[in-house]
Amino acid sequence: MTKADASGAAAGTLTGGPRRRRVRAAVPLPLLLPGAVALVFLLLPLVALLVRAPWSSLPSLLTSTEVWQALQLSLVCATAATAVSLVLGVPLAWLLARTEFPGRGFVRALVTLPLVLPPVVGGVALLLALGRNGVVGQWLDAWFGITLPFTTAGVVVAESFVAMPFLVISVEGTLRAADPRYEEAATTLGASRFTAFRRVTLPLIAPGIAAGSVLAWARALGEFGATITFAGNFPGRTQTMPLAVYLALQNDPDAAIALSLVLLTVSIAVLAALRDRWMTAS
Amino acid sequence: MTNSHPTAADGPQPPHEPPAPADPAQPPHEPPAAADGAQPPQGPPAPDTDSRTGGAGGNPNPAEGRVPTTHPHPTTHGLHTHLVVTRPTFHLDITLTAAPGEVVALLGPNGAGKTTALRALAGLTPLTAGHLRLDGTELDRTPPESRPVGVVFQDYLLFPHLTALDNVAFGPRCHGATKAEARTQAAAWLDRMGLAEHAGVKPRRLSGGQAQRVALARALATRPRLLLLDEPLAALDARTRLDVRSQLRRHLAEFEAVAVLVTHDPLDAMVLADRLIVIEHGKVVQEGTPADIARRPRTDYIAHLVGLNLYRGRAEGHMVKLDTGPAITTTEDLAGDVFVAFPPSAVTLFRDRPTGASARNLWRCEVSGLETHGDQIRADLTGELPLAADLTTVAAAELDLHPGAPVWATVKATQTHAYPA
Repeated sequence: MTKADASGAAAGTLTGGPRRRRVRAAVPLPLLLPGAVALVFLLLPLVALLVRAPWSSLPSLLTSTEVWQALQLSLVCATAATAVSLVLGVPLAWLLARTEFPGRGFVRALVTLPLVLPPVVGGVALLLALGRNGVVGQWLDAWFGITLPFTTAGVVVAESFVAMPFLVISVEGTLRAADPRYEEAATTLGASRFTAFRRVTLPLIAPGIAAGSVLAWARALGEFGATITFAGNFPGRTQTMPLAVYLALQNDPDAAIALSLVLLTVSIAVLAALRDRWMTAS
Repeated sequence: MTNSHPTAADGPQPPHEPPAPADPAQPPHEPPAAADGAQPPQGPPAPDTDSRTGGAGGNPNPAEGRVPTTHPHPTTHGLHTHLVVTRPTFHLDITLTAAPGEVVALLGPNGAGKTTALRALAGLTPLTAGHLRLDGTELDRTPPESRPVGVVFQDYLLFPHLTALDNVAFGPRCHGATKAEARTQAAAWLDRMGLAEHAGVKPRRLSGGQAQRVALARALATRPRLLLLDEPLAALDARTRLDVRSQLRRHLAEFEAVAVLVTHDPLDAMVLADRLIVIEHGKVVQEGTPADIARRPRTDYIAHLVGLNLYRGRAEGHMVKLDTGPAITTTEDLAGDVFVAFPPSAVTLFRDRPTGASARNLWRCEVSGLETHGDQIRADLTGELPLAADLTTVAAAELDLHPGAPVWATVKATQTHAYPA
């Protein structure tokens, strides 16, 4: 009856082979219809992006200095933010997974807060904390002459703030699933707890760390709200891809589409990289 | 303590250290009083130099070349410990001593506290009370990484990302050896275990028996003064088990310090250990040589393990009046509280009351269960005296045994064994 139904049946005969006669229980309409609408709703914008893409002028658009600058800045900042998240986030994940301290549940809730916090609010909060007159920022300015807002470093700070929770949650989950007795075995062999972590636990949870890093990197690459609030929108300095897309949409829609295609490609690549982790349920 | 030898000084006595083989596996940060410092110095693990082969012998190793010096407490050699671990649902309280060279097995049913005891010895579970002294050094508060203790875990816990060689080299590395030194030592250990050709293999490619030997090599490579083995054979299938058991017996016999192994398998315990400590409900219920425990079990659990019928009662001469009512005639002449034990094969069953037999040791029972036991049939009986009886398949058929069948059971007094409780 619907298009989805028809294609589903077609797929069934294609993959099922001639001898496999599946008795299909009737799919209830109240589930099928909204489900199909949801699928179309999710896919349609992406299809539109591909349909309207200025394919012929794409190479020249993507090689313009402005786009190139934004792309470069985005890659550098997202990678730096991932590095910051790794250096600080993996130890935090270990503390949450392997130690007992009062209020641990509360701390974990706080860590996940940036996941659900509107990024703009995050940006405002960062300004109040690390801005020139911020709670900590004023001292950074006065003592070390460090100003973070509206600098490239500020972009990294904003992206780290948003991306680190993804890494922490992912790594903590992997740590919880890993057998802590390997660490015990290491300590009976004379390894300190840190050595056990470095030489045994870290290699064992490497896949989880890799997945968390990819996730954090993708999140940092697409970060918009916190970045524009905390770091502003200066081409070449703080204007990352999402910001450039937003700006380009006002005066050069084709450039915006081209930039969006780049980000879409990156997203698909991330999905492909993580397919073993999250796509196996199907 | 026939095995105790006066060579391992228990205090920090560096002046008397022989100049000879410096052990690169020694932790440089080891506190001077730690037991490792008192360990007989040994070279890298060469199979023929560092151990006394041949097992039970406890002679001082001449290669140690240590002059006996100050021995304020010669009895402090080996392991002396009182382990108390209290949990909301569980209480462990056992005393354990073992001489160097001795292999002690903690035997007990699941949940008896064997593994908790082992973890407490390794420092992985803190003691609630008690003490732990190894070669004269208090270890109660020493963290696991600083204890001269090696552990072979039940499922070995070989690091899956490291080769067999690097698994064994892990300990020496942590004790300050360079990568090359550690690998040389590890290669020697693997060679000793007959695993030289598997050095470059990751654990998942090893068979169960091989993994067990790598785990043993890894634990021994740190030159522990106390070796702990948690159900060392439980993860193996029956066929490899036989092989590995005899190999393990050989390696334990060569080991010069204290070895404590935990098992619920009486055969493993009896083959591998010099002495058994039976634990039930967190307490020691019996302690002794395998032969002694097999002959004179003191609890139903052990009696069941070694296949004996066991009863407790009060002896007056040759008659033991059981707490449950009936009496058993024995050959031993005893008085007071005693145990009486006899094997199921000593029981003879009759369908009708035997007329010719004397009335001694004759009980009226009822069959409650039957099962094959090798080429025999094991009949579980209830009634005047609950007991297990073994009989041939033919005899069982002739007697027409089936659950609920009434039978008469007799045991000759000469087949029983009574001993003081």
